[in-house]
Amino acid sequence: MTSLVDQDYIKMIVFQLADKEYAIPVSNVQGIEKLMHITRVPKTLNYVKGVINLRGVVTPIIDLRERFGLPKAEYIDSTRIIICTLNNMEVGFVVDSANDVIDIPVISIENQPNVVGSAEVDFISGVAKIENRLLILLHLDKVLVSENN
Amino acid sequence: MDMNQYLEMFIEESKEHLQSCSDNLLELEKNPEDISIVNEIFRSAHTLKGMSATMGYEDLADLTHKMENVLDAIRNHKINVDSEILDVVFESVDHLEEMIMDIADGGDGKRDVKETVEKLKAIESGQPIASQAQAIDEVAATAIEVLIEESTATPHLQYDDYEKTVLQQSSEQDYNAYEITVVLREDCLLKAARVFMVFDILEKNGDVIKSVPSADQLEEEKFDQQFQVAFITKDAADVIQKKIMKVSEVDKVIVTPLTQELFTTSATEVTQVDTPVVIETIENNTNDTKEIETKQKSSTSTKSTTHTSSSKTIRVSIERLDILMNLFEELVIDRGRLQSISTEVNHSELNETVERMSRTMGDLQNIVLTMRMVPVDTVFNRFPKMVRTLSRDLNKKINLEIIGAETELDRTVIDEIGDPLVHLIRNSLDHGIESPEIRKAKGKPEEGTVVLRAYHSGNYVFIEIEDDGAGINKDRVLKKAISRGIVTKESALTLTDKQINELILASGFSTAEVISDISGRGVGLDVVKTTIESLGGNISIESTEDVGSTFSIQLPLTLSIISVMLVEIEQEIYAIPLSSIIETAIIKKTDVLNAHNQKVIDFRGKVVPLIYLEEIFEVPRDNEIDDEYQSVVIVRKGEKLAGLVVDSFIGQQEIVLKSLGNYLTNIFAISGATILGNGKVALIVDCNALVK
Repeated sequence: MTSLVDQDYIKMIVFQLADKEYAIPVSNVQGIEKLMHITRVPKTLNYVKGVINLRGVVTPIIDLRERFGLPKAEYIDSTRIIICTLNNMEVGFVVDSANDVIDIPVISIENQPNVVGSAEVDFISGVAKIENRLLILLHLDKVLVSENN
Repeated sequence: MDMNQYLEMFIEESKEHLQSCSDNLLELEKNPEDISIVNEIFRSAHTLKGMSATMGYEDLADLTHKMENVLDAIRNHKINVDSEILDVVFESVDHLEEMIMDIADGGDGKRDVKETVEKLKAIESGQPIASQAQAIDEVAATAIEVLIEESTATPHLQYDDYEKTVLQQSSEQDYNAYEITVVLREDCLLKAARVFMVFDILEKNGDVIKSVPSADQLEEEKFDQQFQVAFITKDAADVIQKKIMKVSEVDKVIVTPLTQELFTTSATEVTQVDTPVVIETIENNTNDTKEIETKQKSSTSTKSTTHTSSSKTIRVSIERLDILMNLFEELVIDRGRLQSISTEVNHSELNETVERMSRTMGDLQNIVLTMRMVPVDTVFNRFPKMVRTLSRDLNKKINLEIIGAETELDRTVIDEIGDPLVHLIRNSLDHGIESPEIRKAKGKPEEGTVVLRAYHSGNYVFIEIEDDGAGINKDRVLKKAISRGIVTKESALTLTDKQINELILASGFSTAEVISDISGRGVGLDVVKTTIESLGGNISIESTEDVGSTFSIQLPLTLSIISVMLVEIEQEIYAIPLSSIIETAIIKKTDVLNAHNQKVIDFRGKVVPLIYLEEIFEVPRDNEIDDEYQSVVIVRKGEKLAGLVVDSFIGQQEIVLKSLGNYLTNIFAISGATILGNGKVALIVDCNALVK
């Protein structure tokens, strides 16, 4: 990620959860999948939905709505799974929809997320304002810290 | 030139050469007279020297060179082999190994080996041997003795009946028969060409009856510096000798007349050599005969093996095999889908094709799996040297016997069992085998024996380490275990002998009165146990005091494909490894008894606790089923049994084991996952966690 900072723009995937738009760097994203059968794994945290067969690799799935403490939603046609890799971990995030890939100018990123004041505040690394949209940049490290132990 | 692409190959080959060095050194220790072994070692060392010099590892090349000098001296009978010399050579091999490991880890292979180099030099110049001249005399003396022994026992060349007849007839027709030994110069480059020229001359002047090594081997340069032929001609011996000497790069030609007795009877004496100069020739001759004999032997027995290993194999990196395995697994899953589609469509041609494809895939699966199998020898081969060094350090006499080194195991398992085995063997040497004095007092042979045995049984490979040492003192183990708080006094009374033995595998346990650096502080054995259990294996100990102990390790053949029983609970499918299943049963609900808070059944006279997987796995259930019968899978962990209650059995299947990834770790009672024919993931039940 450091190499990206040198550039003027960061390429990011934008997705929707409830009424907000979030963004994660393209470099962490492996792919975006349509919803498929999720096998429940017992005795895990509530936001861990289970595992899927991602082309032969068993991949755990996290429901981001539940992770952020947002109200649950039915999985619909536009629901997507964003496959992310970080620190040798491969995890899929269930999101309402994946909208866009955009270049975010580094200067437009602000560090103080004063605007947002909910449970997900820990997971936010910054916000970016582009035209009329407010994008919330996610701190993947924190999202993936499992509180299992 | 970029050497990186050769680096891996260099490391691999160096390891092989070093391995063969230490193997042969051990062999040499047993037969110090056998010069052909020295030659083997010399050759490996020589190749290693060449390779490392090419790769630019000067230190490595230098040390090998010094070692080579010593070996050269041994093989030319300048030095006698004794254990002191072998120790130094072993030491150098150790250093070389360290250097190679360093290079493999990305280092520069540099290492301080001054001391060893000094020792090697000292040996080379003959210093440690009290009187060099005497030693050489001795060598010469033994050489002559050996020669006489040799020559009385066996003639130079062995002839079969046909050859004997030819020789006999030729002598009747006034032909002279000779045995000619041709020695090529050390630096001879085109050995095969020289051989050809020698044969050319011979054939112009007579007939070659036999050659050792055979003509084929000579052509392939599969000989050292010399070869022998049986030859009939009308010319005199010195004429032949002169003619052959004309071929360049020929060092020496020895022509001995072949008398009738020589080839007709087996006990013959080489024509007594009359001049004192000949001592050298005799020595050479001894070498010749010895070497040629061993060659003869080996050419029949080892020829086939060396052939296959040298020319019919290629090196493939383990990553590529892993990729192949992954691709194959995906194919297996697709095959499942295809099969279900073809049964739906029910088109005869499609069915036939799918059927045939399934069969081919079955064969393919076998090949892919066996490709990953490696003989346990790759782990075992480092032990003889280890045992040798350790027994010296410990002042014990120990003989290591290895049985079944050819047993094959999956590569992933092989990589993991090395360290546990080292621990166990060290443990046997240190705590098991007694010192020679004690052994004598006990009426055992002074030399202790450790047997390392590997064999297949069913879907498992067993590795046993057996020693005839002191065995486990149960009272001492119990006392220690109680004092360490591993067991309570009360529970100690109920333990079986086997359970007491296995206490030594518990963490924080060490009974050796003197803590040595050889087998740690009792941290070792519990690590061994965890490692083996993490591989899906098992370890058990049999021991009789004063007779010896046997550590037995049971390992799965492969970690990647296992047989399971698929079961269903509501909508969810779980896989239970066949290895822990004893049997399945259908029981009446009324047969379920209540013992305290635990539901149990009476199963073949045993009380077996029931575990409801539905509860353990918190399976969401929409509508309560009220069946009169319940499906139970009886599983076991060690001696203990438990019944897993499920909704229904689906059947037995071979599945590909997958991990749940790095995010989901330590999930209770789930050891992994697999992908079913329909593309869905099924979880694998860890019975060991369920049975308490």
